[in-house]
Order: sequence, then structure tokens, then C-alpha cells
Amino acid sequence: MAIRDKLSGNEAVSIAMKQINPDVVAAYPITPSTEVPQYFSQYAADGLVDTEFVAVESEHSAMSACIGAQAAGGRSMTATSAQGLALMWEMLYIASSYRLPITMATINRALSGPINIHCDHSDSMGARDSGWIQIYSENNQEAYDNFIQAVRIGEHPDVMLPVMDCFDGFITSHKVENILLMEDEEVKKFVGKYNPPYHLMDKANPMSMGPLSLPMYYFESKRQQAEVMKNCIKVIEEVAADFEKVTGRKYGLFEEYKMDDAEVAIVIINSTAGTAKEVVDKLRSQGVKAGLLKIRVYRPFPVEQIVKALSGCKAIAVMDRADSMNGAGGPLFTDVTSAMYGRVEGVKAINYIYGLGGRDVKVDDIEVVYNELLEIVKTGKVKEVFNYLGVREG
Amino acid sequence: MSKVVEVRWHGRGGQGAKTASELLAAAAFNTGKYVQGFPEYGPERMGAPIAAFTRISDEQIRIHSNIYEPNFVVVIDETLLDCVNVTAGLKEDGAIIVNTSKTPDEIKPSLEGYKGKVCTIDARTIAEECIGRNIPNTPMLAAIIKVSGVMSDDEFFNDMEDSLKKKFANKPQVIDGNMKAIKRAVSEVNGI
Repeated sequence: MAIRDKLSGNEAVSIAMKQINPDVVAAYPITPSTEVPQYFSQYAADGLVDTEFVAVESEHSAMSACIGAQAAGGRSMTATSAQGLALMWEMLYIASSYRLPITMATINRALSGPINIHCDHSDSMGARDSGWIQIYSENNQEAYDNFIQAVRIGEHPDVMLPVMDCFDGFITSHKVENILLMEDEEVKKFVGKYNPPYHLMDKANPMSMGPLSLPMYYFESKRQQAEVMKNCIKVIEEVAADFEKVTGRKYGLFEEYKMDDAEVAIVIINSTAGTAKEVVDKLRSQGVKAGLLKIRVYRPFPVEQIVKALSGCKAIAVMDRADSMNGAGGPLFTDVTSAMYGRVEGVKAINYIYGLGGRDVKVDDIEVVYNELLEIVKTGKVKEVFNYLGVREG
Repeated sequence: MSKVVEVRWHGRGGQGAKTASELLAAAAFNTGKYVQGFPEYGPERMGAPIAAFTRISDEQIRIHSNIYEPNFVVVIDETLLDCVNVTAGLKEDGAIIVNTSKTPDEIKPSLEGYKGKVCTIDARTIAEECIGRNIPNTPMLAAIIKVSGVMSDDEFFNDMEDSLKKKFANKPQVIDGNMKAIKRAVSEVNGI
């Protein structure tokens, strides 16, 4: 039986952690992710979990402790944001290349500078090539559901990769909203017991992790890592199907909102998708064929599936809450348009960078984007490919 | 768009505007509604003007921006009327509630020509006399529930009593004081 509650995203994820009852949680506080280990440390202190809670001295140490625990055969978890994720950087690559399925809540916050504590996606977008699976969540419900699914996905024997559950700082992490929680036993049954196929404490099968790998072998290990990333799409879909059986909540690689006959669509990640759905409904009531594609799984990037979903559109706007500072579009735009190149023709695509450093995104802002798309459909001309939304210019 | 009741709270850091926005959300949640309660996070200094928001709906709420065209505005500290445009975007078929000992007519000149309903309540006096301290947010919560009609007085009283009993099991005097303040507040709103 689902439990109806009202929780912030951080509370919801800390409850997921409690229900999963991992072996080790190692974390260092950083706004806006701090509450996740803060709530969890209370559960640990109250004896509600069996977890070894390690209060480390930095995020670099947090990830290092998770790597050590996971390499020893344990199930480990952490949470971070912005500079904290940046400080973990070199260890992110160690975790994925050792094939250690650590689960991390990444509460999206702008990278400094200038210093800022609010939401954008510059932190996790920078980690998109680190070999972690990245799943994005629109609201507290998705943050909770995806965190639980992340454990099953990462630990699947065909995957064995770390997973980030990314959701918007403050907007999702601190806003109290309705949520349906699973029963503790349901969660425990869903994630199951972690049985690593190999680990350092397995005396019967001694092994080493992290040896030197020079030109003779390094390339092959990276090639294999890339192959695993490609293949885990199937597992992500299987886990979602199982999750739907238990909860009734359906998840895919992405969410298609009114895309069936859409002529104009935006491609977007996280909480602003919710605001944009309101605009889609408003446009639909005026007879405009508007749609929305919300990315859930960003790494691996489901190329064929996304192209198929967008191929019927006349014009799309890809929305990036992070700038690549390259004069050539944000990370999602680059991925979507390169996926479409050579696979589909005639879909006009523009890019908007929006919401940096927590700049609020209103219904009116999203209307500007759809109006621009409708203008492109009408005139057949793209005025400007690279655009900024809601920023003061000049 | 789905029908949503939107409330914007104005207070000063430390006065409980964030808590009040979440308490209103919680009360509505307990009557079966979909809710959001959240503050506008700024530098978070004690005494600095802050805003907080509550959305209440019969359907799931998908919108994730701040509130720019609220149905109701609640001002917890009347000195904010001098420095914050509290009626910005406030719908004219809505209402504003100000914590003050003044009457609605005395407050109106400070409201930038707002044409909708103006209500006042002396939440400070109520809190001081009933709770023993100037904690105006529970009487203000009662006032917004009265003015907005998002639930009946009895639903609200029962819900608050349950919540307070859970929260202050070891301090029954806090429960009595707060319940007294809430019941008095719903009958002392001026301008309804």
C-alpha cells in the first residue's frame, strides 16, 4: 500500500536511503544537498538503519570512502551538489572504471563563480562523460522513485556502474509537495540484497583493483566500459517495468508529453518540465500542436529512441540549464542535434540556455520559446540558433 | 491550466513565514489536497524581508516557478509595507491580510492602490495573550484559512489539534495556547 505523504525532495531521498538500508553512507555537507545526509545521520543515530555513517572531511573523501566500501563488497551511497561534485571529480572516474555501483543523489546547483547556491545543471552536466549513469527527476516523487531504481540498475550484473539521481536544488530538494512512498518491505524486496560478482574481501577469489594499465591494456578497458554503458539501456527499461508492477508509476528513458502529433516541441530536463507542461496544455486548448520531451536517462544517451520521438516535429527547442561556454550550444542541444544528424531531416532545432544560477523560469518564459517555434514553422526560417531565455542583455 | 489557489507570504527572516507556508500546505494536504510549500531562498539573514509560497489544488501541481499572481497575500510584519511592494501581481478578486492593530481603512493608503479585499488582524496581541510570546504565524495561518475558505473552521481546528498533539506531546500548555490563539484569530479578522 502506498503511503500518502508531503515531503521535500531531500526528505524523500533520505527516506529512500533509510528503506534501502545500505552498508555505508559517507557524505560531506554542501547546500542544497546537506539535508540528505543530515536526515540520514539521524536515522543512523536512532538505530533505524544498520548503516555505517561516515562523516568525512571533504567530498573527495566522501567518494573515496564509497569507493572503498563498494570495492570491499558493500552497498554505499552519498549525496552532493555543485562544488562538492567538482571536488569528487577524479574519484568519479575511479568509481565508474572500477565498475562500482555506488548510488548518489546529485542535487543540482550552479558551479561557482560567481558563488551561487541555487539551481542549474552545470555541476552534473560537467560529469556527463565520467562513466556514471545519469538519471534526472522532475519532482520529489521522481527523485524518490529514481533513487530506488538506481540501486537496481547500477547493481545489475550486466551493468555494475555507479548511478546519479539528479534533481533541482531548492526547487525540488526543498519544496514540500505530495508524494506516494512505498512500504519499507516493498523497497527492500525491490532492491534486493547486493551480491557483487567480485570484491576485494572475497578470499576464495583474490583480485586487485586499480592496477596500472599502460598502452597495452588501457584502451581495451575503456572500450569495454563504453560498451557496458550502451547496453545498460535494456536494464534501465526492465527495472522501470518491474517498478511499474509494484507502484503503478511508469518510467521510460524519457517522458513524451503530448508528442503523438506534435509539430513544435521542447526538449528539457528536470523541474522546469512541469512548468512547461502547463504551457503545452494551454497551447493545446488553443489548437496548437505542442509537445514536450523530458529527458530521464541522459547517460547513456538514448540516441535512436530520442530521434524517433522527435522525427515528426517541424521545429524543436532544446533547453539547457547549463552553458558549455563554446559559442555552439549547451550540452543537451549538442547531444540532441548530433543524434539527429544523418538520421532525420527537416526538423529545425534551436537552443535556449535558461535558469542559470537559480533564475526563476515562469510560464511566460516558456511561452516565449513556443512562440518562437511557431514563428519558425510559419516562416520556415530560424533567426537565431543559440538563444538565452530570461536574461538581461546589453 | 488546473485551478490552483496561490498564497504569497511576506515576513522577515526568523518570523516563521517559511514555516507558515508549509503549515498551510500541511493543513490543506490533510484535507486531501495537492500542495506545495516553499520559500524564496535568499541570503537568509534574521530580519531581512523574505517571501514564501503555498499552492493548493485538487489536482497534481506541476508548475515549479515562484508565485507572481497570487490569489492571497499574507503580511506577517506590517513594517514591510514601507519597503516591499506586497500587492505586486495580487489578483483583485483575491485579498491581502496584514498583521496590524490598525483597521483595513487605515492600512489601505500603504497598499499601492490595491482594489481588492483588505483584511487586518492583530496577530501580535493574540499571540502574546494566548501563547505568551509574539509568535504571529499560527494566528496568521488561521486568518488566511478564514479569508481564503480553503477549508472549514472545524476541519482546520481538528487538524491543528492533531498536529500540535503530535508535535508537543510533552508540552500540553503549548497546545492549549496555540488552539486558543487560532480560535480567537478566526473571529478577529477585520474586513472579511
